[in-house]
Amino acid sequence: MLKNYLKMAFKVLLRRKFFTFISLFGVSLTLVVLMVLVALFDHTFGAYPPETKTDRTLGVLFVEFRSPDDHSMINGFAGYGFLDRYVRTLPNVEKVSLYSFPTTAVSYLNGAPVTSWLKRADGEFWQILDFRFLEGRPFTPQDEKDRNFVAVINETTRKRFFSDGPAVGKFLEVDGQHFRVVGVVPDIPILRIVPFADIWVPISTAKTDTYRGQKLWGNYLAMILARQRSDFPMIKDEYHDVLKRVEFPDPQHYNKAFGEAETLLDVASRAFLLERGYGESPVRRFMAWLILLMVLFMLLPTINLVNINVSRIRERSSEIGVRKAFGASSLTLVGQFVVENVLLTLVGGGIGFVLSYGVLHFISSTGLIPYAHFGVNYRIFLGGLAITLFFGLLSGVYPAWKMSRLHPAVALRGRG
Amino acid sequence: MIRLSNVDKVYRTSQIETVALSSINMEVKEGEFISIMGPSGSGKTTLLNILGLLDVPTRGTVRLNGGELTSYRDRDVARIRNREIGFVFQTYHLISDLSVVDNVEIPLLYRRLRGGERRKLAREALERVGLSSRIHHFPSQLSGGQQQRVAIARAIVGKPRILLADEPTGNLDSQMGDEIMDIITSLNREEKTTVIMVTHDPRLAAITERIMRLFDGRQVN
Repeated sequence: MLKNYLKMAFKVLLRRKFFTFISLFGVSLTLVVLMVLVALFDHTFGAYPPETKTDRTLGVLFVEFRSPDDHSMINGFAGYGFLDRYVRTLPNVEKVSLYSFPTTAVSYLNGAPVTSWLKRADGEFWQILDFRFLEGRPFTPQDEKDRNFVAVINETTRKRFFSDGPAVGKFLEVDGQHFRVVGVVPDIPILRIVPFADIWVPISTAKTDTYRGQKLWGNYLAMILARQRSDFPMIKDEYHDVLKRVEFPDPQHYNKAFGEAETLLDVASRAFLLERGYGESPVRRFMAWLILLMVLFMLLPTINLVNINVSRIRERSSEIGVRKAFGASSLTLVGQFVVENVLLTLVGGGIGFVLSYGVLHFISSTGLIPYAHFGVNYRIFLGGLAITLFFGLLSGVYPAWKMSRLHPAVALRGRG
Repeated sequence: MIRLSNVDKVYRTSQIETVALSSINMEVKEGEFISIMGPSGSGKTTLLNILGLLDVPTRGTVRLNGGELTSYRDRDVARIRNREIGFVFQTYHLISDLSVVDNVEIPLLYRRLRGGERRKLAREALERVGLSSRIHHFPSQLSGGQQQRVAIARAIVGKPRILLADEPTGNLDSQMGDEIMDIITSLNREEKTTVIMVTHDPRLAAITERIMRLFDGRQVN
C-alpha cells in the first residue's frame, strides 16, 4: 500500500511542475532558516567538547546585589573573592572551578600588536572541561597555587606566534607578562563562552592580587560539577542559603544578594523572557516560546502549501471518486494524501538540508563568529527532520480531510 | 439481493429543489442482468449510484442481502463497495498516472493483499478482458475500447457479486461496444455476476433479462 502511495505521490509531483516548484521552494526556504537557527542554538547550548558534562554542570554566571531599600542594584559577574568564599566552599559538589570572562590582551609580534582573548582560570577548569590537547598538557591546581607563569593556547594562537610549529616550552608575552606554553588545544568557538579564549593562564598570575579581596563583583564566573544531575535542586538550594549569609563589606550600600546556580541555557532563557526574578528554571517556557515562534514562522508557508494542496487534490476529484467506489474509506484517503504531502515536504526538506549545509558552511567560512564551525550533526538532522514532518503533517491533513469528505458520486462528476 | 423501497433523491440548492428520483421500488435478484433505460436527466445514473452505495437516498431504504445500508458507517460502506460491487463508468475513470496493471489493482489495495498476490489477480483480470499484453501501458496509450476493457478488469478483479455499468458502451463505436457487451454478458452467464446496466441503446437493453424504465425520476414500466 505504502509503495503504491509513494508511486502515486511521485507521479503527482511530476504532474504540475510549477506547483511542485513553489511547494518545494517554500518548504526548503523555511527549513533553511529554521535549520540555521537550530544549528546556532545547538552550537551554543549543545554538549560539544570540551563541554561534555553539561548534563551535570551548573554555573554561577551572574549575581545581583541590592541596597537595603532595593533602589540601588548591581547585576553582573561576581568577584573572585565572593566566588572563592561562597561558591568554592559549597558542600555536596564534585568540583568547582573559577575562571574569568575573557578579556582582550595585547602581545607584540615582530613589533606589531596582536590582540588575543585571555582567560584566567584555576586548575580545576581543566579537570571539569574535556579539552583535547594537540600538544602538551593543561596547567594544574599546583601551577595555580605556585603562581607558575604557564599558558595553554589555542591552535590559531600557535599559528600566529609559532607558525604552526610545536609551541610547548616556548615563551609568549601577553599584556607585558611572559608565559611558558604548556599546552595547545583546538580553537573553541566564541559562542561557547565558558571554555572560550585564545590564551588561558592561571588566575594567580594576575598583575596584582587585589582580585583576592572581598569585592563582591568583578569579572569572574564559577563552574560547578555535580556528582549527578539529580543533585541540582540540592545544590541550587544550598547556593540560595549561602547567598542569605553573605557578609557585605558595606551593608549600608548593599546588603542583599540574589542569584542562581544555573546553566547557560537558564540564563539565556531568562534573558529572552525578560525575566529578572530568580527561582524556577525558565527553560521549559523558553523552549515553548521557541516552538511557538517556529510554528508561527511556518504558518505562512503552511497556509500557502495548504492552498496549493487543496488545488492539487481538487484536480484529483475523479480519482477520489474512483478510489472510494472501489473501497477506499475517507480515512484511507486521508492517509494517502498525507503520505503524499509528507513525501513532498521530505523532498523539500532534503533540498533545504543541502542548502542549510551550504549556508552554515558559508557562515563558518566568513569568520563572522570567531572559530565557529557550524556543522550538520545528527541532532540538527533530527531537528530538521522533525520540522519537515511537522510541516508535512500540518499542511497535509486539512486538505486531505476536506477532500476525503467528498461524496463519491460528486467526486466522480469532477466537482471537488 | 438488493432491495430499494420508496427511494427519493432530491438535490437542493439555496434556490431550487430538483427531484432526481421519486418513489423508486426495486428488487434485484442474485445473478440477474437488468438494464435501466430512460432519456437524459431521468435519474438513471442517480439510481445506479444509489444501488452502488456511491450516493445516499433523501428518503427510503436500501437493503443489501437483508441489511439496511443507510445506517452504515463510512468504513463499513467502503468495505461493502470493495467486496461486493464493481463499477464500470461511461468515461472509464482510469487514473492517468497509473499503468494499466496499477489501475486494475486499485480495488485490491484496500484488501491488504500482498503485492505479488495483487499483481497476479490483476494479470488474470486483464487476461479475462484480452489485454494481458498491455499491462505496462498507460491509459492515454490505449483506444477507448481498450480503456473500457481495463475498467472492466478493474471492476471484476476483486470478484464482486454485483457489476454496475453506467453506459459502458456510450463512448465507443458499435464494434467496440459489442466487444464490451460480450465481456459483460459472459460475466453474467458464466460467473453468475449480477449486472445492472444503464443504457440508452434498446439493442443492448434487449440482451438483458429485465428492463427498468425511468422518466423524470419515476418508474414507468
